[in-house]
Amino acid sequence: MADYQFDNQTVKGFIVSSIFWGVVGIVIGLWISIQMWSPSWNIPPYFTFGRLRVVHTNGLAFGLGIGSIFGLAYYIVMRLTKRPLLFPKLARYHLYLFNVAITLAALSLFLGMNQSNEYAELEWPFDIVVVILWVMFAINIFGTILKRKEEQMYISLWYIIATVIAVAVLYIVNNLSIPAGLFKSYHLFAGVNSANVEWWYGHNAVGFIFTTPILAMFYYFLPKSTGIPIFSHRLSIIAFWSLVFAYLWTGAHHLVYTPLPDWIQTLGIAFTMFLIAPSWGSVVNGYYTVGADWSKMRTNYLTKFFILGITFYGLQTIQGPSQGLRIVSQLIHYTDWVPGHVHMGTMGWVTMTVAASIYYVIPKIYDTEIYSIKVANTHFWLVLIGQLMFSITMWITGIQQGALWKAVNPDGSLKYTFMETLVKNYPFWQMRTVAGLIFTVGMLFFIYNIYMTIRKGSALAASRA
Amino acid sequence: MSSEFHKKLHNSPILFALLATVAILVGTMVTMFYPMMTEQMHPKLENLKPYTALQLAGRDIYQREGCNNCHTQTVRPLKTEVMRYGEYSKAGEFAFDHPFLWGSKRTGPDVARIGGKYPDAWHYRHFDNPQAFFAESNMPKYGWIKDNKLDPSDIEAHMKALSFPYTPQEISALKDKTEMDALVAYMQIIGAAVTQKPAAAKPAGEREHMVNPLAGNAKAIAEGKELYKNNCASCHGPDGKGDIGPSLNLVDNLFLYVKGDLPDDAYFEVISNGTSEGAVIDGRKAKGGMPGYSGSMDKNKIWALVAYIRSIQTK
Repeated sequence: MADYQFDNQTVKGFIVSSIFWGVVGIVIGLWISIQMWSPSWNIPPYFTFGRLRVVHTNGLAFGLGIGSIFGLAYYIVMRLTKRPLLFPKLARYHLYLFNVAITLAALSLFLGMNQSNEYAELEWPFDIVVVILWVMFAINIFGTILKRKEEQMYISLWYIIATVIAVAVLYIVNNLSIPAGLFKSYHLFAGVNSANVEWWYGHNAVGFIFTTPILAMFYYFLPKSTGIPIFSHRLSIIAFWSLVFAYLWTGAHHLVYTPLPDWIQTLGIAFTMFLIAPSWGSVVNGYYTVGADWSKMRTNYLTKFFILGITFYGLQTIQGPSQGLRIVSQLIHYTDWVPGHVHMGTMGWVTMTVAASIYYVIPKIYDTEIYSIKVANTHFWLVLIGQLMFSITMWITGIQQGALWKAVNPDGSLKYTFMETLVKNYPFWQMRTVAGLIFTVGMLFFIYNIYMTIRKGSALAASRA
Repeated sequence: MSSEFHKKLHNSPILFALLATVAILVGTMVTMFYPMMTEQMHPKLENLKPYTALQLAGRDIYQREGCNNCHTQTVRPLKTEVMRYGEYSKAGEFAFDHPFLWGSKRTGPDVARIGGKYPDAWHYRHFDNPQAFFAESNMPKYGWIKDNKLDPSDIEAHMKALSFPYTPQEISALKDKTEMDALVAYMQIIGAAVTQKPAAAKPAGEREHMVNPLAGNAKAIAEGKELYKNNCASCHGPDGKGDIGPSLNLVDNLFLYVKGDLPDDAYFEVISNGTSEGAVIDGRKAKGGMPGYSGSMDKNKIWALVAYIRSIQTK
């Protein structure tokens, strides 16, 4: 175990950092949710909705998402290769640079340095830092896997390898820019082409940040927590290869009814429908795994996190493809339905699975037990209620918006002005803020539980020394 | 595939990584790289012009403030959408857009056809205080950008990076401009390559003479008052005495800048179709700047508005 101590501290460093950035992202999320119905909460120039929304999405995707992915991927890779990381010092510098980069990135977004491509807003100097971070990560992941002490590569390693490759390709291509100053650049691509490159990136950022690394966690920590092996190895092989093959075709479903050539849209929609199959491959595999002993849902506090997480992944991957269909898109695209959809994935699937993985890892690092299962259960119910309330209110108001925009009078003229449709969102937007608050309180229970576990673990370690 | 192959594949990280890369690149090549190499992804409308230095400076501010988080710039080819915003978006309008700013959410309305819809003065005042126009709007106030001067050397560097043509005079003229001037200049050019001038009202002779069926109707006047408050007051003043737009023939007996009133149906025409610069209505020349409302109001609403305007005129 001594071998792992240094790397374990790096893993813990990433987990604590990602939780810190998660809090920043969630607080800003609450703030912008209030700005939606109370514009006086905009404080120019740094804290207007247009700037804060970008800090919210980047803070959570890069800070909470990628931060926890770095830490948990290191943890998983070490266990599955039965050895410490190949370059422990590199991983430690990786952690330091990660926090420096996220700090500077957040400041740059407050300052309005913005490339305006969704989820690729960071200006070019920060893009370069992100690429350096990714290379540091890749060297350690590949190096450790190449020098592994266990011959067979378990499913989680496949997903981690695919993540490392895909994110590198996506991030570099979409961030190709023409520099026009130290903190200003223009997308190398223009117009329709710029849109196509951006959504090829944008959708696959979802695929390879919010899906494949989270599946790696799911496939590793679910059997670890329950003690039940994954139901079908064969199913996981089919699901993996069809998922990584099909994902890259689907970006154009974000551009339905835009001037993008129809054939790209149609191809995108078709592959999006196909994507239901591999997504549900993992869902079914998860269900059948726990199906061997459903009593785990009661007796093992982590099982319900994973099962609810994969359930929301399943719902997400049914809802997403149906949104891609032209008949659905024309009604709900550009409405609040879409944030409702996104938050089921991020608050339901990603955060639920990441939190459960952290609950598993932190006590292991300190060779102790979680501080309180009761607190973890409270956390579970609060984030579940908060997320459902968030998504459902947004779906309702999204359908309402879409319908009001389309409503016509008997003589064919439009029934509502834009303002008339906007004010009907206010009660739903207020309810969403309440939902976000409930979710946030749930996350505070989580943080408290982790903090107390670390405190307990540190005291134990000190007494053993 | 044999199980031996699977075993080998999943025990060999290099082979595995190579195959995964291939799997990822197929879709990338077909849907992203291949179209980029073809003409279809680089269309350009003939009358589309690169941005001027001032317009580009405005676009930079639009990007900096994240306007695209709430406003889209694509009108979909759907009937009600074309009615609400105007002609649907064409692939060839965006050739100089690095990056595209189509957005993905309409917290506020689409702005693909905002260029020329309102006079400059409307934008200045709306940016300054959106709630003064629409009391229930949730748009942040942007008055503070009036205090920021443009930096001509920065903007010149931006023009160079994009290889847009410019003159030294154009650049030096920027030093007297504010960020607000630039943003308004950008708003006014959005969609200019496609925006069609609103149909000019038919001259009196060709126009079917219509009498307001709701003239003097108290219920219609009340409805018209509400419509006026929500749609007209921002430009014509809360009491119709004129502001950004002209007075509604209340104090000066002017209609389209000429003495003497016109019949109800001229009011109906102007509200329905708006005015464009130089359009002639009943022999009177319009200056433009009034958007048409036939897409967003049915006939009864427009007549109710006319009834309301008449009611305040006679007071």
